[in-house]
Amino acid sequence: MEHCAACGTPEQAAALKAVIEQSRSTPGCLMHILQEAQGIYGYLPLGVQTTIAEELGISLSEVYGVVTFYSQFSLKPKGKHRISVCLGTACYVKGADKVLEAVEKNVGIKCGECTEDGLFSIDSCRCVGACGLAPVMMVDEEVYGRLTPDKVKDILDGYRKEEQKA
Amino acid sequence: MANMVNLKINHIPVTVPEGTSILEAARSVHIEIPTLCYLKDVACVGSCRMCLVEATGARGLVAACVYPVAEGMEVLTNTEKCRKSRKTSLELLLSKHKKECLKCERAGNCELQRLSIEYNCDPNRFEGEPLEHALDLSAPYVVRDRDKCINCNRCVAACKKQSVGAIGPIGRGYNVHIGSAFEMSLMESVCVGCGQCIVACPVGALKERTTVDEVWVALSDPSKKVVFFTAPSVRATLGEAFDLPVGTNVEGKMVAAIRRLGPEHVFNMDITADLTIMEEATELLNRIRNKGTMPMFTSCCPAWVKFVEQKHPDMIPHLSTCKSPQEMFGGLLKTYWCEKNGVDPKDLFVVSVIPCTAKKYECHRPEMKGEVDAAITTRELARMLKTAGIKLTELPDEAFDNPFATCSGGGTIFGATGGVMEAALRVAAQMLDGDFKVVDFPEVRGTAPIKEATYSVAGVNVRVAVASGLANAETIIRQLKSGEKAYDFIEIMACPGGCVNGGGQPTLPDSIRNSADLKSLRAAALYQSDKGNKLRRSSESPVIETIYKEYFGAPNSHKAHEVLHTTYTADKRI
Repeated sequence: MEHCAACGTPEQAAALKAVIEQSRSTPGCLMHILQEAQGIYGYLPLGVQTTIAEELGISLSEVYGVVTFYSQFSLKPKGKHRISVCLGTACYVKGADKVLEAVEKNVGIKCGECTEDGLFSIDSCRCVGACGLAPVMMVDEEVYGRLTPDKVKDILDGYRKEEQKA
Repeated sequence: MANMVNLKINHIPVTVPEGTSILEAARSVHIEIPTLCYLKDVACVGSCRMCLVEATGARGLVAACVYPVAEGMEVLTNTEKCRKSRKTSLELLLSKHKKECLKCERAGNCELQRLSIEYNCDPNRFEGEPLEHALDLSAPYVVRDRDKCINCNRCVAACKKQSVGAIGPIGRGYNVHIGSAFEMSLMESVCVGCGQCIVACPVGALKERTTVDEVWVALSDPSKKVVFFTAPSVRATLGEAFDLPVGTNVEGKMVAAIRRLGPEHVFNMDITADLTIMEEATELLNRIRNKGTMPMFTSCCPAWVKFVEQKHPDMIPHLSTCKSPQEMFGGLLKTYWCEKNGVDPKDLFVVSVIPCTAKKYECHRPEMKGEVDAAITTRELARMLKTAGIKLTELPDEAFDNPFATCSGGGTIFGATGGVMEAALRVAAQMLDGDFKVVDFPEVRGTAPIKEATYSVAGVNVRVAVASGLANAETIIRQLKSGEKAYDFIEIMACPGGCVNGGGQPTLPDSIRNSADLKSLRAAALYQSDKGNKLRRSSESPVIETIYKEYFGAPNSHKAHEVLHTTYTADKRI
């Protein structure tokens, strides 16, 4: 499992190995393993995909093909705090695109990316089931509703302050 | 006996076994349904939508390549609805296809072009996104042009069938494209250069990295002595590029044609196939006697060598140290021949004509010290002849140049799966027992994926296996490692059927590939030539005798090791 050493901890490598051992005999296990692997690592870097390909005896291009087919899989690491701006219909008509723009500007990265210090990553999602509060975004498990672009700064500064304290 | 099913296709009654696809059933009564993504024995996924037909009991149009026949079914392949659907599919493909047809080397031999003409398509009916992807020029053997790709996935299927899997579909929807994992270049990927993707491609998205221009420059440079040599299988396929039937041996005309391009000499690479056999058979017997690393694998296929270095580096000690016949010839020319003829090796420009794309990579390997200056495929030779206005089919038969003209039939059959094994057995058996007379080893002939045999000569048992297609090589390695099988000598050719079906051979349209057994037809031409040769064993060639007498002394001598043997480097890739 030397490939995982480059992109994670020994605990993560052991967890991945356990998942592969558990599911390798099930036909069509690749999807499940990828989901679990993303849970373990937060994303699916080269080393993780290489390990999965090697363990399952399939080509890396096959693994990569599945990873890039499904939008749930990410090739980029996620931040300590995951910002997810809802672009579902209700949020969108209430100006979610402007909220996303403000988040991108405030954090200094584009949607789908992660900051260099690893504090924030930004994604968009389609409906979190809180349309009454549209437009909404989630930071980790917290939902922020009735957003306007100018509210973004205070919310994110809260996480920055918390980080400085820690 | 499978249950038979009766149906009608275009009102013609057809009876075929249950499970047959509509496409195959239609072919059995000579009704051609167009396809792009389908390739017999390689790819069948029903994604291109060219083969859509009307069938009773089905909702809407169905893909004939994957839709099974049913009792009483009535199929219509040529209705207005079918034609319209196919035309639209083609026009959508054309909307994201780089339409460089005037300079595309597949023009005239492009399946998309042919169908577009047949269906009277408007190439500009739909406007796609701008095409601006860079060519993948990373590898010295293949060029990939994403903007010509029509996502038929035939290359992916061919690569997967080789158990290499260097390429696959990436992304989703309109953005789907074929590429290597993490958008690696082909040279960084696990690609071994076999070129099976090229011969599977229906369009010009994959082609060899051509070195024809370098050859033209050398031919017109008065300070260069240009010599050509041709690999055994080229004579069995070059005719296809000039509309001759598959399996026509054009050896004499090929020599005449190359001679008209103006090189100093046209040599026969069969002689270094013979030389390979002398070296390899000796190496095998030495390994057996001295309890060296066993089993021994052949090493004449550079794609197989690259496969071992990248996927199974632990098997490197099992590879014969013999160079491939191409590199042996390069080495022989730039040492022995140059010395004998008072030529400065720097002035010699060696062109090999090979059925292979991996040999383009091989001649760039540092261990080969540039002994071959340009390796061109059968396709590239055909293109050169056409550029020069040389009418292959109308030329007289001419003979190869001396001193390398007299080769054995063993050298000739190197181009087909089992040929190297048979040639080696002919010589090794006689090395063990001088009275051994047998020269035919039918057990190792034919296109079966894996062939096995055991021979007992002078108290020595030799268990042999022959595999073509890297997936079958993979099976052999797995069985050796698990202890399920044990062999002494194993021949591997990366391309299914061997070099006659190599990645550098003429690209035939799917209409021929889907009906003719190219591997057997082309191989038959080589075995026919072997049968007609008075010299069947490599050791019987007077040229081989002279080469050893004048230069190398004996097989596996120190000098032979310097010029004719090589080393390998582990390069583990996943």
